[in-house]
Amino acid sequence: MESTGRLDVNHQLGLNDLPYIIRWEDSRCTRCGRCTSVCPVAAIEPGVYERRVVESTGATPLPTTVRKVSSCVKQSTDVMRRCIGCATCRNVCPNDAIAPTFNPANKFNWHANQGGEPYKRGGRRNDNNVSILDRIKFTRISMLTDPALDAGRHEFRVRTYLGRNLPPENLPLKVVGNDLVPDGTPFIPPVREIFPIRIGGMSVGALSPHMWEGLAMGVAYLNEVKGIPVVMCTGEGGMPPRLLKSPFLKYFILQIASGYFGWDEIVHAIPHMQCDPAAIEIKYGQGAKPGDGGLLMASKVLQNIAKIRGVPMFVDLASPPTHQTKYSIEEAVAKMITSMSMAWGFRVPVYPKISGTKTALAVLNNLARNPFAAALTIDGEDGGTGAAYNVSLDKMGHPIASNLRECYLNLVKIGKQNELPLFAAGGVGKRGNLAANAAALMMLGASGTDCGKYIMQAAAGCLGDEQNRCNICNTGKCPRGITTQDPKLFRRLDPDKVAQRVVDVFVSADKELKKIFAPLGRSTELPIGMSDGLSIDDKAVAERLEINYAC
Amino acid sequence: MCRLSALISADYMSPMEPILALETMKEGHDGSGLGLIMRDLGGEFEGLKDYPILSAITSEDGYHTVQEYMESRGFRVKYNWEPTIKLTPAMSIEKRDRYNVIAYEYPPEFVEATEDQKAELLTATRLQLRALGEADQSIYVFSFWPDVVTLKEVGDPLEVGEFFGLDKNPILAKTIFSQGRQNTNYAINLYACHPFFIQGCFTMTNGENTAFVPIREYLTGRGNPAYVGYNSDSEVFAHILHYMRKGLGYPLRYYKDVITPLSSESEFEGRRDAEALRLMKRSLRMLTIDGPNCVIGCDMDGSMFMAQDAKKLRPGVVGGVKGRVGFMSEVCGLASAVPGRDAEKDVFPMKYDMAIVKPGAQEIEVWNQLDGSTSTISLA
Repeated sequence: MESTGRLDVNHQLGLNDLPYIIRWEDSRCTRCGRCTSVCPVAAIEPGVYERRVVESTGATPLPTTVRKVSSCVKQSTDVMRRCIGCATCRNVCPNDAIAPTFNPANKFNWHANQGGEPYKRGGRRNDNNVSILDRIKFTRISMLTDPALDAGRHEFRVRTYLGRNLPPENLPLKVVGNDLVPDGTPFIPPVREIFPIRIGGMSVGALSPHMWEGLAMGVAYLNEVKGIPVVMCTGEGGMPPRLLKSPFLKYFILQIASGYFGWDEIVHAIPHMQCDPAAIEIKYGQGAKPGDGGLLMASKVLQNIAKIRGVPMFVDLASPPTHQTKYSIEEAVAKMITSMSMAWGFRVPVYPKISGTKTALAVLNNLARNPFAAALTIDGEDGGTGAAYNVSLDKMGHPIASNLRECYLNLVKIGKQNELPLFAAGGVGKRGNLAANAAALMMLGASGTDCGKYIMQAAAGCLGDEQNRCNICNTGKCPRGITTQDPKLFRRLDPDKVAQRVVDVFVSADKELKKIFAPLGRSTELPIGMSDGLSIDDKAVAERLEINYAC
Repeated sequence: MCRLSALISADYMSPMEPILALETMKEGHDGSGLGLIMRDLGGEFEGLKDYPILSAITSEDGYHTVQEYMESRGFRVKYNWEPTIKLTPAMSIEKRDRYNVIAYEYPPEFVEATEDQKAELLTATRLQLRALGEADQSIYVFSFWPDVVTLKEVGDPLEVGEFFGLDKNPILAKTIFSQGRQNTNYAINLYACHPFFIQGCFTMTNGENTAFVPIREYLTGRGNPAYVGYNSDSEVFAHILHYMRKGLGYPLRYYKDVITPLSSESEFEGRRDAEALRLMKRSLRMLTIDGPNCVIGCDMDGSMFMAQDAKKLRPGVVGGVKGRVGFMSEVCGLASAVPGRDAEKDVFPMKYDMAIVKPGAQEIEVWNQLDGSTSTISLA
């Protein structure tokens, strides 16, 4: 016969083992049930407990001790239902009775691989240290030898080029009289003039309809009303058919990746397009999970997603880690760039995106020799993703700063730094400093930058952080309604408000960039490669990046 | 800040004239050095127009190195000008061993060579001499080109002029650039002193070039071994001029479109060559300057020009009389160098302007970048 209360709990986890511990205040809780119903992972549930109460119920005071059963909010110690720290419970609590707190001594990593399945999640690298980009300072301040500019008064041109800029020696120009005129060469590579911060690829499917719509509306407003030519990448998965055939397509970069999702619809829509897309991005790698493929879970593949992607509903959509038809950069990648260029009559810039890697230079050198390669985007390890293995997120990848710098200096060596623009991504705005991080990358040599997580946080209040808060984008249970296809969840997100915040973000980034460039004495062109304006407080890093050391 | 004084004239002038003009602007410069380039030479050089002239400062050892090298390459000395050095105790100039202004005959195999072949030979020779004397600072070579002499030294410009004996024994020229400051913001290096010369093009600049590093990196990637040096952030202005004129073959006025391209489509509209400008703006993006800079330059054909950056604008004025025009940082310099001019005809180039004066200095052309028009100012 077994006793009713066992003390042998060796195979159970306790709250102290979990990454977030719920603090619940009995005295403040009204038992309304909002927190338990809203929790995306069922980490909390209504429960009961027995407690000692002192009561006095008669006409005269006669305190009596009684034991009663009370209702409460209980936290599960099941590792699969662990609290993710999203704090949605706190958001909905009318009485501030509940909140998760981070437990730095947690043992989650030791228990996350239940059932033999490695831990998978969304989000970013769980590294809370200050990034190199955030340690870089702008130290060449124009003083008496060259007057600084006034960010609020002077005219600035914060624009960059997406596309292959012909070397001046090859410009199809001839002198007629005293004028330069085109010499009739039929092909000039297409180039777009854009704002130097782009919204990086996040797909319809990975994002909820409201989130994607909000981003798209914000981008259109920025272009059409504010005159800031921000472009946004679709990510892999196509885009809504009506938008494909709309005049707003020019603000979107269509991404093709290893699953080719959505491309049947895109190709069929080409004859009906009113304008060309901003560019085509061929995704070969993603900084957050280099060498790993994508997965859109079956539960996210609802009718609209299935239609856009041209697949049946409710099936897992796996993008392979690599393009299955590609085996060499010299031949196959060149063919893909040419094919995509050909689809739009060579009017659209086509460029690859790779994850940050030690081999980026080899890719770069090949692209430098390919006259149809319009740019190269390098996505560093601090990039984000909707779904990946934790080990890929945390341990795979290359920091963006030195990878970009090395590539830029290599282009300088061969004189092609303006011909093949580099775009840098991965960790831009990691700590909320979007413009400063973007400017640092530009001065290291990037023609522009991408942001993804930043825009999700700033425009839609994404809860994720570098302490593994939330990061359940892969489950389709995003408590903010950003990365879900569940109408109950995405209705929490107002697309108009997302659009408004997108506009806020870029209008303010435009101003902040000017605030950085003005004291550097730069306004006419972006200070691309102006490395003499940068410093860092670490000699080894300064040496590696070939910038100044300042302390 | 640097002060600039340049003259172009129908008649030969003494370099003391622009130097005296510099003296009137003395409050604006720190009197730390003098750089002189003289072109279209007269006097004893008048009959030597086809012979390349080496302008260099050397130590005794450096002088022998130069001699040996030039002989080994087949150059024979045609004429050797030596300054009449005057060094008084009051002067704060440190005399170096030798100030060389030597006209050479081309090596026999180059006598019939094309102009381009000769240009390559002269540039390669200059670079080689520079390399030979760079480590031990035994040779500073500033120019090696027909009909051009360069003199540079550290010290008060007027004193340096007298030190070289230019007041008594001047080198006469029809185009003279003078600049009154060493690069005192940083360590003094004779190679950092304006004006800068490359294959018939030369410029001097007022102001600090904030876009220096990207421009330098872009120029050094153009595959031209002569794009070296850059001890001063102003040297890139001469090389940009050379690159767009000689490398790309663009007409001179496009210099303005290269260093300060028009900003937007609405600005392009006024230009009949808008299509070319769009392409140039993208392809030459790395050569865009951000000022503050006033550039005074001389083209390969001897035309002089002044152009400003598009925003911060350094002081600069162009004015004169028929047969003599001054390009100066300040009006007082103009008054000194060109007495009797009609000051109402002075031109102060602004953000869209490029003032150009052709050899002979008969008139001032002001080209407007925004609409492509040219106004001509006739001089009396």
